[in-house]
Amino acid sequence: MAYFTQQLINGLTLGSIYGLIAIGYTLVYGIIGMINFAHGEIFMIGAFISIIAFLVLGILGVTWIPLALLIVLIATMILTPVYGWALERVAYRPLRGSPRLAALITAIGMSIFLQNYVQLVQGARIKPMQPVISGGFEIMREGSFTVALSYLQILIFVVTVVLMVVFTLVIARTELGRAQRACEQDLGMAALLGIDVDRTISLTFVMGAALASVAGLIFLINYGVIDFYIGFLAGIKAFTAAVLGGIGSLPGAMLGGLLIGLIESFWSAYFTVEYKDVAAYSVLVLVLIFRPTGLLGKPDIEKV
Amino acid sequence: MTMLSITGVHAFYGHIEALRGVDVEVKHGEIVTLIGANGAGKSTLLMTICGNPRAAKGRIVFDGEDISAKPTHEIIRSGIAQAPEGRRIFPHMTVMENLLMGAITSEPRYLDEDLEKVFALFPILKERREQRGGTLSGGEQQMLAIARALMSRPRLLLLDEPSLGLAPMLVKQIFSVIKAINAEQNVTVFLVEQNAYHALRLAHRGYVMANGRILMSGTGKELLANEEIRSAYLEGARDTKGRRS
Ligand SMILES: Nc1ncnc2c1ncn2[C@@H]1O[C@H](COP(=O)(O)OP(=O)(O)OP(=O)(O)O)[C@@H](O)[C@H]1O
Ligand SMILES: [Mg+2]
Repeated sequence: MAYFTQQLINGLTLGSIYGLIAIGYTLVYGIIGMINFAHGEIFMIGAFISIIAFLVLGILGVTWIPLALLIVLIATMILTPVYGWALERVAYRPLRGSPRLAALITAIGMSIFLQNYVQLVQGARIKPMQPVISGGFEIMREGSFTVALSYLQILIFVVTVVLMVVFTLVIARTELGRAQRACEQDLGMAALLGIDVDRTISLTFVMGAALASVAGLIFLINYGVIDFYIGFLAGIKAFTAAVLGGIGSLPGAMLGGLLIGLIESFWSAYFTVEYKDVAAYSVLVLVLIFRPTGLLGKPDIEKV
Repeated sequence: MTMLSITGVHAFYGHIEALRGVDVEVKHGEIVTLIGANGAGKSTLLMTICGNPRAAKGRIVFDGEDISAKPTHEIIRSGIAQAPEGRRIFPHMTVMENLLMGAITSEPRYLDEDLEKVFALFPILKERREQRGGTLSGGEQQMLAIARALMSRPRLLLLDEPSLGLAPMLVKQIFSVIKAINAEQNVTVFLVEQNAYHALRLAHRGYVMANGRILMSGTGKELLANEEIRSAYLEGARDTKGRRS
């Protein structure tokens, strides 16, 4: 039981990261129907901007952890979206309306480009970071095995939940959210209602990148090492999560992220670590066989 | 006074030239109709007014301002609304949400008043307001498309075949609503119709389009009386006309 609980906590931590990245895939897919394969790299850049921000704060002598974390969070949420915005503006917008394959290949190209860019300016070696938050609660003990819930994990859950609630509200309540939903259903009609479609698409990339940047920060402080390559695997996992939950669905992305995190964590705990990715993808394949639209995706059966 | 003036407008889809030099004028307070065979370019003209496809040549002036180079959303924000071909209701949104989408450019303080207005024109929409757009009947979708366009408080309303696919009863109802919108809400209307008989009777003036060009124009009465038009666009409407007038 104790072991199970510990894996549950670890799985939820990982799932938070995947979920936050998956939202970016799902929002962009919903609005322009493309898979932004470079989104994993945006997450990686978010992690790098975070580590640089920590370094700068260290130099400046900001050592009070809560303040440092807050500044880093704000910095990465502001700076990383600049990359997301530029990515759309430079690479995807000129291709809008061209065949999907062109956009897909461009996205893969941008993914490789961003990896190489970070490798070039930051070096290829892994970047370690001191733990910023230590300690936690011991919530259970069974023999010699104790279950720990660290302050860091609590912080991760709180931040993830708050962000997801805020973004759900933005989409449900604000004018931007309404414009996004209109664009999602019919770009041309949205424009005919006076919605600035280009701006709405840009803001969607910005929102996705902001969430991915937080995932990057969480990854950095949770695992303590990053390199230019972390975006690749995390991106694929998060994409899997988005498809599992139903691509285009916001709650689906969150659910899918949590599920993939849990599957990986439990599989590694009870079976073999080597096959944890296989397990995650197998679940995806199984779900898609029985529910091609994913867990929460809406089937398009209505007459239009 | 001229509200919309279109001069020498050409428009393309790739290499297909859908508009080949179109001149149309719509005056303040008018109902103007555009009739023509399938593929003549009628829908293209309405869309070109809204900037998609863009006018490749020529000028489109709305209330004294050249709008031919503006992006679609700015054209709409300057006071034009369109209920386009195919209705294009948002299928996953409720009737109410569709109407709110229409109001996205207008000030929130007008919202309740405007909703009242469109519900007065189309009472069925009030009953259906929580129903999803995609599950409405064709006629209800048409009403919703017009109502949604009105929610932006346009000065110029573009309607693309509002009577398409409607039962004769509903056709009459839609046309009387268009008349009411024009007369009571002071909205200028530019209307594309296949139902030439009704449209020409309703409109102050009309244009006839073929192959991307304007063939003829005149008052509704003149065009209705024209032999060529009667044989080309009013086949079968003759006996209807006999009975009514
Ligand atoms: N998206 C498009 N891509 C390519 N060609 C198009 C497109 N839309 C329209 N066309 C072509 O442009 C011409 C004019 O089409 P348009 O839709 O304006 O005609 P219309 O007068 O509205 O016809 P209808 O009465 O059938 O609605 C047609 O030859 C049509 O095939
Ligand atoms: Mg048409």
